[in-house]
Amino acid sequence: MNLNRKTTWITALLLVALLSGSVVARRRVEQQRGNQATLEEVLYLPSGKAVKRLSLGYSSLLADIYWTRAVQYFGSRHIAHAERYDLLAPLLEITTDLDPHLIVAYENGSIFLSQQQPDGAAQPDQAVALVEKGIRNNPTYWRLYFTLGFIHYVDRHDTKSAQEAFEKGSEVPGALPWMKVMAARMAEKSDDPSTAGYLWKTILETTTDKDIKQTAIMHLTSLHAQADIEALEKRTGIYEQRFGKPPESWSDLIRAGLLNGVPTDPDGQPYKLRLDGTVQVQDPKKFPYIERRPKEQIK
Amino acid sequence: MTSRLSAITLNTFREAVRDRVLYNLIVFALLLVASAPLFGQISIGIERLILVNVGLSSISLFGTIIAILVGIGLVSKEIEKKTLYTILSRPVRRWEFIVGKYFGLLLTLVVNALLMTVGLYIALLITAHGLKKGDALLLAAIYCIVLQFMVMVALTLLFSSFSTPIFSAIFAFALFVIGTFAEDLKNFAAMTQGFTHWLTTGAAYLVPNFASLNVISQAAHDQPISGSLIAFNTLYAVLYSGAVTAAAVLIFERRNLK
Amino acid sequence: MHAIEIRGLAKDYPVGFWKRKLHPALKPLDLTVESGEAFGFLGPNGAGKTTTLKLLMGIIFPTAGSATILGKNFLDHEVKRRLGFLPEQPYFYDYLSAPELLDYYAGLSGVAAADRKKRISSVLERVGLSDVGSKQLRKFSKGMLQRVGIAQAIIHEPEIVFLDEPMSGLDPLGRHEVRELIQSLKDEGKTIFFSTHILSDAEALCDRVAVIHKGELRGIGVVNDLRSNVANKSEVIWEGAQAAAAVRELLSEPHATGETVRGTVQNSDLDRLLETLRSQGARLISVTPLHGTLEDYFLAKTREQEAVNR
Repeated sequence: MNLNRKTTWITALLLVALLSGSVVARRRVEQQRGNQATLEEVLYLPSGKAVKRLSLGYSSLLADIYWTRAVQYFGSRHIAHAERYDLLAPLLEITTDLDPHLIVAYENGSIFLSQQQPDGAAQPDQAVALVEKGIRNNPTYWRLYFTLGFIHYVDRHDTKSAQEAFEKGSEVPGALPWMKVMAARMAEKSDDPSTAGYLWKTILETTTDKDIKQTAIMHLTSLHAQADIEALEKRTGIYEQRFGKPPESWSDLIRAGLLNGVPTDPDGQPYKLRLDGTVQVQDPKKFPYIERRPKEQIK
Repeated sequence: MTSRLSAITLNTFREAVRDRVLYNLIVFALLLVASAPLFGQISIGIERLILVNVGLSSISLFGTIIAILVGIGLVSKEIEKKTLYTILSRPVRRWEFIVGKYFGLLLTLVVNALLMTVGLYIALLITAHGLKKGDALLLAAIYCIVLQFMVMVALTLLFSSFSTPIFSAIFAFALFVIGTFAEDLKNFAAMTQGFTHWLTTGAAYLVPNFASLNVISQAAHDQPISGSLIAFNTLYAVLYSGAVTAAAVLIFERRNLK
Repeated sequence: MHAIEIRGLAKDYPVGFWKRKLHPALKPLDLTVESGEAFGFLGPNGAGKTTTLKLLMGIIFPTAGSATILGKNFLDHEVKRRLGFLPEQPYFYDYLSAPELLDYYAGLSGVAAADRKKRISSVLERVGLSDVGSKQLRKFSKGMLQRVGIAQAIIHEPEIVFLDEPMSGLDPLGRHEVRELIQSLKDEGKTIFFSTHILSDAEALCDRVAVIHKGELRGIGVVNDLRSNVANKSEVIWEGAQAAAAVRELLSEPHATGETVRGTVQNSDLDRLLETLRSQGARLISVTPLHGTLEDYFLAKTREQEAVNR
């Protein structure tokens, strides 16, 4: 077989070289296509019902494929801090048309939709519609009520609807008792940032999506910082009342007995005390969700 | 060497023609031309869109079916019928045989596609009462379909070199479906970690990428197809089908025929 | 330089469910064939004849050993221009016509395009197929296919022709024609290597033969020499059917027509036979010594190993 040896070696080398080359070429192609992918391509067909008919009974497999695309679409834009997530709603619509019982698409997809930019599509109304569709198709899955309440409260600032959602969810057999607790909190402490913190903490503990986990952490640290800032500003207010002018540094407050030491934010950096007595974090970019509530709201 | 290669190529082509495999194109062309006026009835404005979609998808699908049906027998039929014995007793290298078969089938598919294209243009002429600028875009789409054929022929040839026709058909069809969803496979691979990640990414690149080779919807929507996309697609198709054919040669060179 | 030289060529097939056991289809074979010889490769079905040919043609690969054809390595592609091969029960591309097939094969064997047309028509005439025109091979009878097979084996004017069971499936007329063709090839000075299990053909055409059985070479030599080795029988004819029973075990192929009985006997048993016949009162008509046939040699060679094995 000696004569074959030469051919075998040459062919084997060719095989390796060509295959590697093809991988390189393919990456170039995908780069090119990244610029050109059209709505029709990503969706293949804009109508969920049409896709379902064509899927020849493999609709739940196709649903998984579309969900994978939705996640990929969202994830890649999230990293790029995109401003628009135009294809997200159609993708989720098709996914849930293909498989109405794909819970994760409702749970995570609606949060992708409702979040404000650049974390999400800033389409809370569509998100609500999506979750309600999920509830219609999966009435015993009470956690969707939590998601619904969450969206109403956090992104639409609609406490009443949030309360209704938690109430209804708590009535589903098998619902955990804290749904009732959440409903109660909506009624009584809806303005309190700790309520939002409670919601975000639940999301952080229950979600399966790493982007959503990330967002939850950022919200929680922002809430933490916000609570710190409000407490600190209360102290500076007391100082101003006592001494007639705002403190000039943290040492003033410490000497006045209002603080034990220099306060640091969740990032470990000391808070900045401004001339007018307001408090800020060192690096606002790390805490994008701090809200400045009007003084009347702060109790 | 070249004369042997071209002899095998042309003989493979001749076999396909005499096998009445190409006669489907006449059926297709006639059907398309005959049904062209119907598209006008469906809905004004998108008749061209539908015609182009149907036409291009048919060319792609018919060609792939022929590639599979003829491809699975390319080598196995010759072994089964022992026609290979008198070929191998001649100064024909085994790799020349494989490569000749490849080009023979590819030639068959290209001729088929060209003739179907003529039918498509005739149908377009009838519905639109004239050709417009965008119709040249169709040629780019058909070129990419030919690239797809290059890959498909290589794959069926590979399977034919070691497997029976039935299994070759199953593998080839499976790869066709998987290759259509190649990008989704890559997305899935991106979502995994660790060893699974490497495994699925490897698989994703090993599988043919038919998704990128498909520019039918762009052509249908009259969107421009960039020259560099076509260039890289060409490069990919050539390299990938070359690799697969090399694998087929490797297998066939060592094979004890029955 | 030998036309064909085979040294230790062997082929084992893995068998069994796990493919662990090896079945020797061909045990190490040593054989040489001289130029211009007509060499017969004889053996019963499954003896390893076709395996040997497939090995030489590069259709399967040997597990051991090597061979040279016309002095070059048997796998050398260039040497294949100088040999022709007719496989057993050949099948050709049935969608082609005979001239198209020959043109294709001639091209693959390196015959220049300009020469092909002339050669095709002369070869077709030679094998008796000059009037097939453009009829597709799928419409050919077995005998016609066999002739096409010979045509494709010689179209490129090779120096050696390998034939595997060239007479199989042919009627007596066809066999006669093929025999004549082979003879004419031999007259042209070509080396012929042909495998068969029909001994009368080998006897008529070959200079030397080899006998192969169960993958092993059992005997080899010049046809005449081999025949005379086993020339040890006689034909006895007598009158007196009543004696037949008594001598039945000594005779092979006893044949009775009325009172006359004819039979073949080993020379070593001849005396005993004549004694018995005389004692039975039979009238002896004739005793004729027979030439050995190749069949005798063949049977002897294929049976002796079995006796040893037992």
